[in-house]
Amino acid sequence: MKKGVMRPGHIQLRVLDIEEALKHYRDLIGLIEVHRDAKGRVYLKGWTEVDKFSVVLREADQPGMDFVSYKCVSEAVVDQLRDELVAFGCNVEDIPADELDGCGRRVRFDSPTGHMFEVFATKEQTGKWGVSAVNPEAWPRELTGMKATRFDHCLLYGDDLEGSLKLFCDVLGFDIAEQVLDENGERIAQFLTASLKAHDVAFIKHPEKGKFHHASFYLNTWEEVLRAADLISMTDTSLDIGPTRHGLTHGQTIYFFDPSGNRSEVFCGGDYHYPDHPPVTWTADHLGKAIFYHTRELNERFLTALT
Amino acid sequence: MRDRKLMAKKFQVEVVNCQQSFTALEGCSLLMSMERSGTQAIKVGCRGGGCGMCKIRVMKGRYISKRMSRAHVSESDEQQGLVLACRVFPQEDLTIESDLIVDSVSEK
Ligand code: FES
Ligand SMILES: [Fe+2]
Repeated sequence: MKKGVMRPGHIQLRVLDIEEALKHYRDLIGLIEVHRDAKGRVYLKGWTEVDKFSVVLREADQPGMDFVSYKCVSEAVVDQLRDELVAFGCNVEDIPADELDGCGRRVRFDSPTGHMFEVFATKEQTGKWGVSAVNPEAWPRELTGMKATRFDHCLLYGDDLEGSLKLFCDVLGFDIAEQVLDENGERIAQFLTASLKAHDVAFIKHPEKGKFHHASFYLNTWEEVLRAADLISMTDTSLDIGPTRHGLTHGQTIYFFDPSGNRSEVFCGGDYHYPDHPPVTWTADHLGKAIFYHTRELNERFLTALT
Repeated sequence: MRDRKLMAKKFQVEVVNCQQSFTALEGCSLLMSMERSGTQAIKVGCRGGGCGMCKIRVMKGRYISKRMSRAHVSESDEQQGLVLACRVFPQEDLTIESDLIVDSVSEK
């Protein structure tokens, strides 16, 4: 049941070298650099995003994800969810407005899988980048690299999938759109949505808590995914796998790594989900096909290279 | 730029635990050299110092290294030659041991 969470708002990633990271996120993926704050963090966004930023890069000595935040329809929803998160047993922290420049107060909370999440409702809206809000052209001509349109979702690895499912569905009002069940009916992957998208966040079962698998950015067409693959080769960027199609969500995709070892995805297409749809199920004996629809084989790196 | 790779100094890398060796090029990460040589002596993950899959011990030989994730290489690891092959640049012939994917505990 919808509880007023709309979409992923921003993700903060740790990188070993901020300038090298910008060559990846800005010059290769094609995000727009919109701001640098006093702490040296760099803010970026996909050109179609109306809010001021959706990706924050922070230099640190351990790559990975600091947190991912979801935008809600109102401050009243944030208050309501805060109470419910406390009742659920989360450790809740109030982050004041402008801790991230241009963003209102956020409510940060931990999760059974060990990841940090946030909800917020207010962020400066600077409009789509490079096109007018009135009589807009189709796209801006100044885009670079893969020309990613938006930050779309992230995939997280952790142990207590059942716990984080309860948190996201019962408290935050997400639906489970797709899942992978093992031979005992136990869930080893879950794709959750707060919208019509096939996933706004996904989890895969893994013995360690709090691991980051990838941040994903949306492209419009398969042709653009192939062009992204060309750019990955031209720039000697570390490739994981693809271009290919997923069985899960049926999106068309390519995976590669940023210079600090955080995995990125660009993808297009994919299924949609309405709240009355039962989850799509894949079985673990078809896991290869569920993840990589064409080769039907998992590569070890995809399962084990995490930050 | 032309043929820079061909002009680059070459170093021999012995991987003792699997009795393999490959040629490393100056200016190229140890892991990248291994991949280019077609050898499979070290696990390949992110190639960016983040995942820890390429952890090795350098037993002999000089090298320089770039920043590595502290989740996988602590300061004392680094002093003992426990490093990530994707962040290591050989300066002379090396003797190494691979397949050491054991994490050191550390803070973010
Ligand atoms: S391959 Fe990931 S740390 Fe070297
Ligand atoms: Fe994805």
